[in-house]
Amino acid sequence: MANGAPTMSSNEGVAATLAKSLGAAVLDTVEAHGEISFTVDRKKLPAVMDKLRKSHEYQQLVEIAGVDYPERPERFEVCYHLLSLTKNHRIRVKVTTDEDTPVPTVTHIWEVAGWLEREVFDLYGVLFDGNTDLRRILTDYGFQGHPFRKDFPLTGYVEMRYSEEAKRVVYEPVKLAQDFRSFDFMSPWEGADYILPGDEKSEDGDDKGAKE
Amino acid sequence: MADYLDEMDGIADEADPTVGDLEIQNYTINFGPQHPAAHGVLRLVMELDGEIVERLDPHVGLLHRGTEKLIEHKTYLQALPYFDRLDYCSPLAMEHSYVLAIEKLLDLEVPLRGQYLRVLFAELTRICNHMLNIGAHVMDVGAMTPNIWVFEIREQCLAFFERASGARMHSAWFRPGGVHQDVPLKLLTDMADWLDEFPSFFEDAMSLVIDNRIFKQRNVDIATVSKDDAVRWGFSGPMIRGSGIAWDLRKSQPYDVYDRMEFDVPVGTRGDCYDRFMVRVEEVRQSARIMRQCLNEMPDGPVASTDRKVVPPKRGEMKQSMEALIHHFKLYTEGFHVPAGEVYVATESPKGEFGVYLVSDGSNKPYRCKIRPTAFSHLQAMDFMSKGHMLADATAILGAMDIVFGECDR
Repeated sequence: MANGAPTMSSNEGVAATLAKSLGAAVLDTVEAHGEISFTVDRKKLPAVMDKLRKSHEYQQLVEIAGVDYPERPERFEVCYHLLSLTKNHRIRVKVTTDEDTPVPTVTHIWEVAGWLEREVFDLYGVLFDGNTDLRRILTDYGFQGHPFRKDFPLTGYVEMRYSEEAKRVVYEPVKLAQDFRSFDFMSPWEGADYILPGDEKSEDGDDKGAKE
Repeated sequence: MADYLDEMDGIADEADPTVGDLEIQNYTINFGPQHPAAHGVLRLVMELDGEIVERLDPHVGLLHRGTEKLIEHKTYLQALPYFDRLDYCSPLAMEHSYVLAIEKLLDLEVPLRGQYLRVLFAELTRICNHMLNIGAHVMDVGAMTPNIWVFEIREQCLAFFERASGARMHSAWFRPGGVHQDVPLKLLTDMADWLDEFPSFFEDAMSLVIDNRIFKQRNVDIATVSKDDAVRWGFSGPMIRGSGIAWDLRKSQPYDVYDRMEFDVPVGTRGDCYDRFMVRVEEVRQSARIMRQCLNEMPDGPVASTDRKVVPPKRGEMKQSMEALIHHFKLYTEGFHVPAGEVYVATESPKGEFGVYLVSDGSNKPYRCKIRPTAFSHLQAMDFMSKGHMLADATAILGAMDIVFGECDR
């Protein structure tokens, strides 16, 4: 590999071996950029993780990352990053879910999952079945909503200030002096799917020309 | 009143048959969010039995700024300075994971000099970070002088960052494709001189604490973590090495030119706070060793990739070439597009494994950038590590964990 990214032991044959060992639980296997990721059946997640830890030496759960794809039927992806200290290898295990369907917890396999699951719950609203301490972790006490969902605005809904009259911190609806600017970087000749201002006139003109 | 006096005298009656013993209930206190030994905004809800910690619930997130969400609304280059502000004690180590993740998605090669400069400054960052942590740790357990001494060294590190990038702390100097600009030769020679000078100063400061009786009483056998626990609780960096596992990403999963470097990985024997402290002390020496190798071996050449679709041209070039001007304009407005895909890149930051899980949808902004902080797993283990220890030991445990809330809360 030309780039300087971290190297690890070879991926060769690992995906096939693991897919065979995990059997029907694996729904999809992707190997790209030198990394292997498995999409597994949500219900069989604890069994898969247990097997990966006990039989395949993936001792450490490094990270649980939520990703939101609002256009998919099951919009959330929960990605577990596993590390094998003995084999010096990393894999990624994914499950998909939606707002209401809980994902089985893995806290009984790795204690570290407790906070990681809390974080995904806090930021995305993914529920974890069996996690006994599913409180919010990063957002404010009493916060409402799940801020990392794609449909949650960047500026949020409330802002906070210290009120001299009330002698305490108060929350108010967010008021911006200037709207948050989201720039559109798509160049018009590379397939922007909207009508540029002024173009509607030229289309009218074209139509008239065709009728004549 | 009479009951109270009876109780004091140990007089029992039928209603309260416990002789002499006052019934003491556990009480709960808040440690923080504003506490000098909390190293930032940490709130620990502690349940104490006398002075013994029974249960401990860390409340984090008081410094949550939504970095990951902000990054989703910025181009890849605009998102880079957010990484300086994660772990503000080791900013370049944070940038390192991010630029490597982008380069992995782009499959972009960095010129050798750029890689050497990155490793050189990553190690300088490690020294800088450990100076802060070592100093803060010894001060938390009662020693004042060494802290002032090592802060002097930290100040010298920051001067080098300033000379390389213009900023003491928030450098934004590592860029996708290399580093922002080359360093002057004088900086490298000064750094070589400094590498000869600072170790003796550092050893002097450490001689005050390493064998100090009080320091050992406060740290030895405090919060021992077995190898098994360290693995299950997702420890990394000096925390896992302190527990006796020789796991260092620079060694086992080398990135940039770490595979050319010779250095030793120190490990602890007992897994207590003293071991974690000593691992850091030894890492400073090893970092100095790596820096010397970098300075000796560093070749001449470009410091950043010459791929003009990712790395902007220099200003001088822009004055001469129309194409360079166009590239400059496009890169600083639209930015570069990264092919769709997802990578997880982790580097050995001074505090442990710092990872970036980058999901790209092929546009000029990251679709998702998940940051794997080191402190999250370490702080979570705080509960079982401090159980049964004294209240005063909580500061030693916290000091040996090396937590910075910019990174923990993101």
